[in-house]
Amino acid sequence: MTINEIQDELISDFSFFDEWMDKYEHIISLGKNLPLIDPQYKTPENLIKGCQSQVWLHTDVVDGRLVFTADSDAVITKGLVSLMVAVLSNHTPKEILDADLYFIDKIGLSTHLSPTRSNGLLSMLKQMKLYALAYQNKAGSAS
Amino acid sequence: MLTAPTATTPLAYDVERLRQDFPILRQTVYGKPLVYFDSAATTQKPTAVLQTLQDYYTGYNSNVHRGVHHLSQVATEAYEEARRIIARYINAAQSHEVIFTKGTTDSINLVANVVGRKLVRKGDSVVISAIEHHSNIVPWQIMCEEREASLRVIPVSDKGELDMDAYEKLLDDSVKIVACTYVSNTLGTVNPVQDIIRLAHAKGIPVLLDGAQAIQHMAVDVQALDVDFLAFSGHKLYGPTGIGVLYGKSEWLDKLPPYQGGGDMIKTVTFAKTTYNELPYKFEAGTPDISGGIGLGAAVKYVESIGVANIGAWEHELMQYGLEKLGEVEGIRFIGQAKNRAGAISFLVKDIHPYDLGELLDKQGIAVRTGHHCTEPIMDFFKIPGTVRASFGLYNTKAEIDTLVAGVKRAAAMLS
Repeated sequence: MTINEIQDELISDFSFFDEWMDKYEHIISLGKNLPLIDPQYKTPENLIKGCQSQVWLHTDVVDGRLVFTADSDAVITKGLVSLMVAVLSNHTPKEILDADLYFIDKIGLSTHLSPTRSNGLLSMLKQMKLYALAYQNKAGSAS
Repeated sequence: MLTAPTATTPLAYDVERLRQDFPILRQTVYGKPLVYFDSAATTQKPTAVLQTLQDYYTGYNSNVHRGVHHLSQVATEAYEEARRIIARYINAAQSHEVIFTKGTTDSINLVANVVGRKLVRKGDSVVISAIEHHSNIVPWQIMCEEREASLRVIPVSDKGELDMDAYEKLLDDSVKIVACTYVSNTLGTVNPVQDIIRLAHAKGIPVLLDGAQAIQHMAVDVQALDVDFLAFSGHKLYGPTGIGVLYGKSEWLDKLPPYQGGGDMIKTVTFAKTTYNELPYKFEAGTPDISGGIGLGAAVKYVESIGVANIGAWEHELMQYGLEKLGEVEGIRFIGQAKNRAGAISFLVKDIHPYDLGELLDKQGIAVRTGHHCTEPIMDFFKIPGTVRASFGLYNTKAEIDTLVAGVKRAAAMLS
């Protein structure tokens, strides 16, 4: 599936819930299914430190595609991280760099999340795009 | 002559009537009635304060102390009347012992700065406690580093109570000031400040109390306490943001150097020499927060009209009810269990991250604070990332506590 197809599917999943508590229930259950980061990668270098909760993000490259694994000490954060991983993992650096993540707005996350959480989400996106950029540059210079 | 506020016995504390004074509480959040349990961060403002601010800006906005014109005289009189109201509220011997500042943090920085310059030499020390807010840690750290002095910390027990024996041992000749909070913003602990002051004074050491979390919950009588300095913020006392108070005994304020230079704090300025103005103006450089000061005066009058002792008694009842009802939540752990406490309940549920719990409470219309509450050292002591803190104001009800308990239960079920 393309990044946009995954986003559209997420938007459609979330459209079933009217109440925000139900949306959170869904986010939490997604977090519980998140592909966990290998404990050896839970290092300070892989830590995206926010004001209130912590996120670890690790990147592997498989057949020219970036594979993200992540974890967080807070369950809701983990759920949000899982959304980002679901959308961006297993894509090429170019696809990731070009991606317009409209699902964040469409699901209502940008308006309903507390500012610290949405900032956290944005720093995570930035980190993922940075990995993609670094890998693209590396691949470019190697060829 | 100033007299202390007198407490009357609360025959019936009519919280529903008092809630009518706070228009902000009438709203819904995410479709749910707002439940505001974050008064330790800032209190909501009664109509009396809002109206005072409106009257000031629409009726007599003007700079104070210098103008000969009518508006300036009205503004000056209102501003100085606010100072007298605040002096009466804390039972200061003289109203010029009340210095207007930007808030608690500003007040503490002022004292740290001027005490540092006047009293602290290389090898001296300053005593604070393990449960201080960052505002009562960092200014002293900065000053100690500059003066090559050291910071000594009164240890705390697992219950969140200060170790008074250890405190007494800390007080040797090197100690130049003790700075301690009256009430902990995180744990709700009410410190034995009478003993803290008495023991320090026995060695001739002055004491600064951080009254930020005390001034809205209990009668604070600076003369009865014999405290040397008291810092607090207006916005935690139902007043506007950006205004605060430093009380200081005039014998101290007279001999300490000014903090900042500028207008209003001088008597005469020549390029050769500046002489400083008398108290309180010596410590109030520049145009002050005039509306803030007047607004804070209105807030204090409002609190006095209810009686701070009555407010404290009601909040105590809420605290007991809250501890009892929250105690029924499976897996709840109270952080800080001091015998004497006020204002706030800090807790964790099982291993749920406080941030998650706070967010799901928010979506149910309940405002609590999560995180380390700017008291990182005490979080490290308890080895936790933070807590969920429900803090009370005069307008909170038992029904709201029931809503909180139901909200915590629902959130915990979702997160477990």
